[in-house]
Amino acid sequence: MAPFQLQSLLGYWGMMAVYFALGLGFGIALELSGFGKSTKLAAQFYFKELTVLKVMFTAIITAMVLIFLAASLGLLDYSKLYVNPTYLWPGIVGGLIMGAGFIIGGFCPGTSLVGMATFKLDGLFFVLGGLFGIFMFGETVSLFDGYWHSSFFGRVTLFDFFGIPAGAVVVGVVLMAVGMFWGGEQLERIFGGRDLKREPKWRYGAAAGLLLLALVTAFTGQPTLEKKWQIAGPEKQPLLDQRAIYIEPAEMLSLMHDDTRGLVIWDVRPERDYNLFHLKTAQRMEESTLRNITATGIDPTANQVIVITGNDEAAATHAWKLVTMQEIPNVYILGGGLNRWLATFDPAGAASVTRQEEPGDRLDHAFSAALGARHPAAFPDEKLLRSLGEFTPKVKVTKVVKRQGGCG
Amino acid sequence: MAETRAQKGPKPYIHPYAGGILLGCVLFLSFFLSGNGLGASGGLNRIIVFFEDLIVPGHVDRTPYLLEMAGGDLNPLDAWIIPMVAGTILGGFLSGLFNRRLKVETNKGPNISNKTRWILAFAGGAIMGYGARFARGCTSGQALSGGAVLSAGSWVFMFAVFAGAYALAWFLRKAWN
Repeated sequence: MAPFQLQSLLGYWGMMAVYFALGLGFGIALELSGFGKSTKLAAQFYFKELTVLKVMFTAIITAMVLIFLAASLGLLDYSKLYVNPTYLWPGIVGGLIMGAGFIIGGFCPGTSLVGMATFKLDGLFFVLGGLFGIFMFGETVSLFDGYWHSSFFGRVTLFDFFGIPAGAVVVGVVLMAVGMFWGGEQLERIFGGRDLKREPKWRYGAAAGLLLLALVTAFTGQPTLEKKWQIAGPEKQPLLDQRAIYIEPAEMLSLMHDDTRGLVIWDVRPERDYNLFHLKTAQRMEESTLRNITATGIDPTANQVIVITGNDEAAATHAWKLVTMQEIPNVYILGGGLNRWLATFDPAGAASVTRQEEPGDRLDHAFSAALGARHPAAFPDEKLLRSLGEFTPKVKVTKVVKRQGGCG
Repeated sequence: MAETRAQKGPKPYIHPYAGGILLGCVLFLSFFLSGNGLGASGGLNRIIVFFEDLIVPGHVDRTPYLLEMAGGDLNPLDAWIIPMVAGTILGGFLSGLFNRRLKVETNKGPNISNKTRWILAFAGGAIMGYGARFARGCTSGQALSGGAVLSAGSWVFMFAVFAGAYALAWFLRKAWN
């Protein structure tokens, strides 16, 4: 499923060739639209010719509809796309500065490259100025580093923000854009004296086509995590079958005492069990939280190991599937769950209850009170490691390569 | 035949909506194939840092912002945005060539001299470059790419760019009209 790991697929130079080809397409599309000509770009701000608005928003809605349509059909994994993280105020201030530069200089960085490539001298001067401005930013950012990293919201999308399905936002944005095009054409008629009767009729067809595709996207809906598992399951199922992600209590204990690992423990049991007993530093995770990991603010690229604990393995395995489908790396399950953990570290308590006949994800252990993490087995002594014997370590921290934006 | 061709003026630009659909398809393809959108200013940034690293490597290693791109043995040009920028320049050139729009000229309003236009272009470029890094992305990397994947911050940013430009447009009317 797209997007592809270009480097492992095509090699380093193959990947670079793809980006070069995409750049070619980008340059051609910009030049063909007239974006190499500064007067055409600046005319936007005097309402004479709204080419910038038309090209930009047509491009955005075309790409948006295709992206979300492909995602809803299971052809493209949206969670793997680079979504610009939101730094609200630096973004607004930077945007205002850029707007000023746009009207003074007549280009933006991408279009100035095309202006320069077609021998426009103002484009060349703009590129030189742009390089100078970028240089100055690199030299001055340390003066306001705190501000530059402020109001960070992470990967937040419009549909997260409004709390409505992605497909509904897609339809809304297409409608908004079409409304803006209509308004823009009226402005061109009034300020630019343009005869709208001479505008091509196919633009109605194109708008209707995009709207139709947006509606199809909205009605198909974005794939649920279960649907994603159906698609990607065959790839991940062997990890479960070979028990490659179920770690032994001994390995867990060594992780708990290893300060270099950044261990995160997620407890997926009901609150009652959690109150009776849980591992030290374990956070209880509701199903709804597990389904939307980004909302917890967890940085999936951080160097950490996440271990999911349940009473047995069923609930933990279910949670593992949900989390893995959200591209969170380095997630493991405590093998045998807390029942086996307690049987290992508190055999006296385990002996005192008769195990239920029917297999179920229930806590098979007797507690005198709801001890939570105050129970000795919540953080067993490192010395016990020796008595547990050898174990095959399963935790391998894969370093995640951050996807960087085009301007990263 | 060849002569009459050369004498012909530049071909007209394609219709903005057609250009937008073409650009949108390139943008979609970029996300579909690579997971990344399009960009420009990040590439320019890396080119600048590359030269900085040649001249003052110690300074680069002490500045966190530059360190990320060129600290120690990192080569700032070892990034996908570099071939993309190269492609953008060549694509613009080829399109200009085939449509007879390669011409040494300065586009400006009728009421200012070439020199004024160049100064304004340099100043605007510098402001834009500074702002693009401030906002973590230019019109391509932030507005276009982030807009298409519905990043909330990108949409706010996009309207900030238009607001900034419209707010100053009146003061610069002499430069363009």
